[in-house]
Order: sequence, then structure tokens, then C-alpha cells
Amino acid sequence: MYTPRKLISALALAGFCSAVFVSSAQESVRLGTPVSEADLAGFDLIAEPSGVGFPSGSGTAAQGKTIFESRCAACHGLNGEGNSAATVIVGGDMQSEDTPLRTVGSYWPYASTVFDFIRRAMPADAPKSLSDEEAYQVAAYVLYLNGLVGENEVLNAETLPQIRMPNADGFIDQSDIQ
Amino acid sequence: MKQGKLEKKRQPRLEKVAGNGLLSRRHLLGLGLGGAGLAMSQAVMGQDAGLKLEIPGWSKTPGPGPSAYGSASSHVGLERQSGFGNPLYPGGGASRSPLQHLQGTITPNSLHFERHHAGVPDIDPAGHKLVINGLVRQPLVFDYEDLLKYTMVSRIYFLECSGNSGALLYGGNPDGTAQSLHGLVSCAEWTGIPISTLLEEAGVLPEARWIAAVGADAASMGRSVPLNKAMDDSMLALFQNGEPVRPEQGYPMRLFNPGWEGNTSVKWLTQIKVTREPAQFRDETSKYTDTMPDRKSLQFTFPMDVKSLITSPSGQMSVTRNGVYRVNGIAWSGSGSIRRVEVSADGGSTWADALIDSQQLDKALTRFSIPWQWDGSPAVLQSRATDSAGNVQPTREAVIAAKGTINRYHNPCIQSWGVSPSGEVTNVYA
Repeated sequence: MYTPRKLISALALAGFCSAVFVSSAQESVRLGTPVSEADLAGFDLIAEPSGVGFPSGSGTAAQGKTIFESRCAACHGLNGEGNSAATVIVGGDMQSEDTPLRTVGSYWPYASTVFDFIRRAMPADAPKSLSDEEAYQVAAYVLYLNGLVGENEVLNAETLPQIRMPNADGFIDQSDIQ
Repeated sequence: MKQGKLEKKRQPRLEKVAGNGLLSRRHLLGLGLGGAGLAMSQAVMGQDAGLKLEIPGWSKTPGPGPSAYGSASSHVGLERQSGFGNPLYPGGGASRSPLQHLQGTITPNSLHFERHHAGVPDIDPAGHKLVINGLVRQPLVFDYEDLLKYTMVSRIYFLECSGNSGALLYGGNPDGTAQSLHGLVSCAEWTGIPISTLLEEAGVLPEARWIAAVGADAASMGRSVPLNKAMDDSMLALFQNGEPVRPEQGYPMRLFNPGWEGNTSVKWLTQIKVTREPAQFRDETSKYTDTMPDRKSLQFTFPMDVKSLITSPSGQMSVTRNGVYRVNGIAWSGSGSIRRVEVSADGGSTWADALIDSQQLDKALTRFSIPWQWDGSPAVLQSRATDSAGNVQPTREAVIAAKGTINRYHNPCIQSWGVSPSGEVTNVYA
């Protein structure tokens, strides 16, 4: 930004010196390097409810059973029953229990989150060690254990985000309260 | 010492301002009490204790010279308090600040509370990238060294986990301390780049409404933040109390959303994706959502409520003799600054205004105190804060009536510390 020297002096005398320099610095520093979305394909793991961000590939629960039993069952149990309240991923009824058990099936509002979380954070002892294909398979198995998909239903970028979760209407967005 | 003159000052007429021994704030100023939970007995102060003072040993031997990176005195053993680790959940967990042993409003970096979802990554800043992509004119990637060249702002803000104080909703916890019950709050000076500066460089598209922030930890922990907050006062924090952000706080950089649920201030920030809708990450659906008695769950509950607690005297401390104590504590609000703190010594029957000891900064811890004369009878000490938006800290009863007990997040309720006739201070429900 070009600021006439005389103006700067006048503003400095008026006590606005620092404001001028801050403003000009903000406009001059632009050090981000352009990058294409294609180049971020292996970096951006966000899989949104709209389907945006889901990778290619697919999987079924039948395919996911073996991986789940070897990589997930130590914490989540062979049938998703878990080894603690924090790791149970099946069962629960939001309406009938005094303190409802909140699981993937009873609580999670979006199927996309199941895939997104498995791909970015599971298994907890080796996150991001599953291939996209395996993440689809394990997500399918978790949804199958919750009775939400069939054993041989093919889940992919199109079908997985469309699965309607039982508690989809159970949330109230408070984000307008800021 | 001019004994006579002090003698006169030591016999003030104690002006009571509320039940069970709360005294006018002027007694704190007049007596010049200092230190946490310091008891000042009028009778003891007036007597010659017969002390024979001598030069101590450390005044007779040179000490060690300067050090490269200083540490606390070996006589001060302050520590964060961690919960139990879970071997199947590596690196997960939390540690809590020792609130009852701190004064002022700034939390030392080594004692700032922690909450991790997959441990603390050991990040080499030379290999760390910050990506801005999604609904922008030009996706960008930033290097750490380049970010250090941007104009930065410094602000003092509290940070609080929304699970803080949740244990009070369970009841129990008679052995609870300020640290164990409320230690998931801290306050620091954060220095960094306004997120708006970086978003403007990438060029936010008109249809954008949210950002999805992702960390570089093993969980790639993500949270969605409304774009208007990001453009308002969110910061890419690079410095914490003057030094590079600590690894436990997100080194080399973290998102910082002033006043908001701590989990949204994503640590080890490596991606901001500008989106139309929230990403619906696991930690904003399965976790950090508040299930109400009607089984609907509140999502994206962002500002932390107005809150305060007495840190001294507090749980597991004791008041050892009758006399005047400096009751003091901290107050904060995610919706503004602290306007007023009231204290009760009779379980909420009567209240008196506390003195505000610190600056009353927006979204920062504020220190309050009030003199209290303990005569050996049972007492229940409470504090109640009011913020600049007019929000008043609720009772536990009111929180449970409004939100039930399925939910454990966002509990701002008044803390009650019981004082027994023998002087023991414990967590009670009044």
C-alpha cells in the first residue's frame, strides 16, 4: 500500500502512527502458497454428510468382519459390545432408558461420521493404518452390527452418506447462540 | 516498627455485610492481607510474639548462577492432576490445573490444563503445514516460518473444557478439590494471527458458512466453527504467555476461539476447510453434545457460561484458627467480562459483593476476594458471578432442573464449600 510520507507524519503527530503501520503490514504480507484440491486429496480426510470428501472405493459388512475382529474387537468387542462404557458401539435406546446408552446406533446422527472417524482416528493404537477400502468395510460392519445395513450391502461415496440414522432428528443446533 | 500506630489499625470495628462473618471489603484493604487462605487473628497480631530473628543460611552462601530455562522453586511442588490412563486409548485423557494454589489470573504454561484425544504429537515445525481449502477462491498452504512474519495480536483469554465441573452433577465427591472438580480451566496470553487475515488471503466464497478445523494429532481431531466466529475473533495462536505454544497446547499452532468450549480451539491445527455446512465430526456429534431430559441433544453449544468458584479456602484445605480470612477465587464468562461477584458464607441465604482484585478483561479469568471472619461455627462458602451481558451464575439445583443429569457438559453451577467446626473444608451440596 502506498502512503504519502507527509500523510504518515501527520498521522503520527495525531497519534495514529501504529494503526497505519498495522494496516499496511496486514495488506502486504501474503505468504500462503497456492495448492490445488487435487494435490490435497491425500491430506484432506473430511468426509461430510453431503458426501463431499468421500474417497473412491467401497466395502460391505461381510468384507469388514475379519478386519473388525482383528483390529477393533480388542476394545469394541466381537459384536460391538465394548469393554467399557466408552467403547460400546451397539445397543442403547434414547427414549426408554433413564440414562440412555449412547452408541453409534442409538445416538449418532450421521452415517458419514462413522466413516470419517474410522478413517481419521481408528484403530486408536494405529490411526490411519486402514486403506480407504478397509475403512468402508469396517464402517459397513459397524453399521451392520447396529442393524442399519445388510451384510452384503455395498457402501461407497454415494450410498454411505444416505443411510438414515435412528437418532437423526435427535439434535438441536445451538450454533446461532454466540 | 511503630507499634502504637499499627496497634490502632489492628482494632477496626468489623463491618459485617452478610451472614456468618462476611466483612466489608474495606477490611481487606485496611488490613493489607495477602496470600491464599491466610488467617489473620486480631488478637495474635496485637501481641509481641517474642521472635528473635537471625540471618538465614541462604544469605551467607552464593547461590547457583543463571539457568537456561528456569523452573519453579524446589520448595513449590505444584502439579497438574491427571486422571487414570487407559492402555487401550493411547494418549487420551486430561490433566487439571491446581487452581487452589494459584493466584492472579494467568496460568503458568506448565500448569495449563490438558485434554488430548490421541496424545501429544511431537511436531517438527519445519514439516508442519497449515492448509486452507474448500469454499475459497484459492486453496493455500502455509509454512510455520512464513506465519511468524504476519502481524499478530495478543489477548488474554481463559480456556475451559466443556466437561469442566461436570462431576458436580453426579453428586458425591466429598474429597473433591478446586483442582479435581474445576481444574479444566486456565488462562493465558495468546498471541497469533487473526483467522480472518488468513481466510481473506484465501478468499472466502459467498456461500461459505462454516469452517472445519483439523489437528495434526493421531486422532486428526476435528471441529466445525461458524464462519462468523472465525471472521470475528478466532486466532491462529502461535505463542502462549510469550513463548511458543507448548506441545500440550498445540505446538506449533492452534486455533483459539475466545470464550468458547475448549475443544473447538483445535490444537496442532493443520487444516481449515471452508464449508457450507458443519462437517459433523465425531467430537461434535457423539461427544460434546448435551442430552436434555426430553432426550433431544443440544449441539454446537459454544460460549462457556458465566462461572466462578472460591479457590481458597476450598476442598481439602482447612481453616486452622478463628479469625479473618481472605476468601478468594476466580470468575469468568464466555460472553463478556465479569461485572460482579457475590459471596455467601451461609449457603446462599445472604450475599455480599466481593472485591475485584484483577483487571476485568473480556473472556478472561478475574480474581475476587472478600474478608471473612470465622468464629468456629459451620459455614458454607459460595460465590456467584454476573457477567457484562447480565448473565448470573445459576445454582446446581437450577442447572439440574433445566438440563437434567444425563448431560455432563456445560455445568456452570455455584460451588459450595462446607466448613466444619473443626475447620475442615469439603465439597458439599447446598
